Amino acid sequence: MLYALLCYNDEATVWAWDKTQDAEVMARLGVVRDRLEKAGKMGPSLRLLPTTAATTFRKSDPPLVVDGPYAETKEQLLGFYILDVADLEEALQVAHDLGEANPGGAYEIRPLAVYNAGAPVDPAAASAAR
Amino acid sequence: MSDLAWIDAAITAARPQAVGALLRYFRDLDTAEEAFQDACLRALKNWPKNGPPRDAAAWLIMVGRNAALDGVRKRSRDAELPSEDVLSDLDDAEERAASRIDESDYRDDVLRLLFICCHPDLPATQQIALALRIVSGLSVVQIARAFLVSEAAMEQRITRAKRLVGQGDAAFETPGPVERAERVAAVAAMLYLVFNEGYSAGDNPERAQLCGEAIRLTRLLLRMFQTEPEIMGLLALMLLQSSRTAARFDADGQVILLDDQDRGLWDRKPIAEGLALIDKAMRHRRPGPYQVQAAIAALHSRAPSPADTDWTQIDALYATLERLTPSPVVTLNRAVAVSKVAGPEAALDMIAPLSDRLANYFYFHGLAGALNLELGRHEAARTAFDRAIALANTPAEAAHIRQHLDRLSRDHAPRSGAA
Repeated sequence: MLYALLCYNDEATVWAWDKTQDAEVMARLGVVRDRLEKAGKMGPSLRLLPTTAATTFRKSDPPLVVDGPYAETKEQLLGFYILDVADLEEALQVAHDLGEANPGGAYEIRPLAVYNAGAPVDPAAASAAR
Repeated sequence: MSDLAWIDAAITAARPQAVGALLRYFRDLDTAEEAFQDACLRALKNWPKNGPPRDAAAWLIMVGRNAALDGVRKRSRDAELPSEDVLSDLDDAEERAASRIDESDYRDDVLRLLFICCHPDLPATQQIALALRIVSGLSVVQIARAFLVSEAAMEQRITRAKRLVGQGDAAFETPGPVERAERVAAVAAMLYLVFNEGYSAGDNPERAQLCGEAIRLTRLLLRMFQTEPEIMGLLALMLLQSSRTAARFDADGQVILLDDQDRGLWDRKPIAEGLALIDKAMRHRRPGPYQVQAAIAALHSRAPSPADTDWTQIDALYATLERLTPSPVVTLNRAVAVSKVAGPEAALDMIAPLSDRLANYFYFHGLAGALNLELGRHEAARTAFDRAIALANTPAEAAHIRQHLDRLSRDHAPRSGAA
């Protein structure tokens, strides 16, 4: 079964971590991710920039471009993991392990209807010169 | 212990909103701060047991307000003691408190808290110190260390600043749109001061932390004013500048100029965020000084090597900045771009008229030295560098000029007669 594990937390707190704190959390999460990737249970995962960097495109007629995220919420969508696990029980176990590595906030476990891998992207090149 | 770290982070993030709301209730900075302190102590006891509340700020506001009212009652010997149920039954109360705090109040609360630090009678350094104390919640010791003064001196400075801002209460009226915009602009300027205080710190880590604090508060400001292109520009500017931190100083703490920095050390995450923000801001077609400066920084960030820098575009952006905020310093910066596009001679012509107004400005003489050096005018370069070194603001700046002078005397020893 394919699941998306959507990560929610208060971005004001998370984006206030200093470099060391951030690196520590990422390293702990990396351990869990590595293990699951090696076991073939973890697909792509990504971390989003803060909602202040977001733009919302409303598909009205005419379309409306608005600064900021789609929804103003106490916790924000900060990123997600794609999991390939046996069942919800196993997905919850992954959530548990990731939560140990990075306490606070919540994970929404959402089964996937369609998964398109798309073309490989190169994040390093994308953030460099254009 | 990671419990405590988590609580600490949640309290720090909630602080501006909580102290801002308490200030609205009590209209007194000291009372608001004491109430917040009280609430934090109770949070440290309560949260590890019951888990952090969903809305930390609402919890702290309500508990802080009750604690302060409690104190007032006790002081006035009011016999009626508040029941402890208020605390044991927080879940319920928390919901009610959270729904009462409406979004526009929250926005104006935080803005007010930031704005009172921008009192026009406070010198820049005191605005910064006050903001770090009451908005960021840094301890007096931490702030004193960042400013390299004694704790007692900083305590005194902050007390005096608080007394000054406590005198007027115009800030408590709910601002109209024009006044709100003015407050946002004043706060933005103050936050940029905080950032620059950290950015100019060289390799003093205590002070360098101020950059992170300024970025955090500017993100907060932008979350409240999502459609303000100048706040996007300011945040982008801070992020792009701070992305170079690891590349800006060598092992001995000496400045490494942009051209000589190892761009592999630039931090890609703030760069990505900064580029995204300036992209967003430009769509508004309402250029302002922060956006233009951020756009200039972005062109540097996008260049894989110094040779790839789009100096023509940078020159054009500086021309815009000269129009928006005419100043000899902006022209001086533009001259750097001009030297790359049209050569050092053209740049020297451009800065020549500034020599009176910038006679005591370190960078003027530094640039004049560098341009003359490029043209092979060694005596003129030496004179300019001598002047620059006398005006250096930090040991790192002086050391940088010293390198030029040493190289000059090694390779082009002064001769009698024309150089």
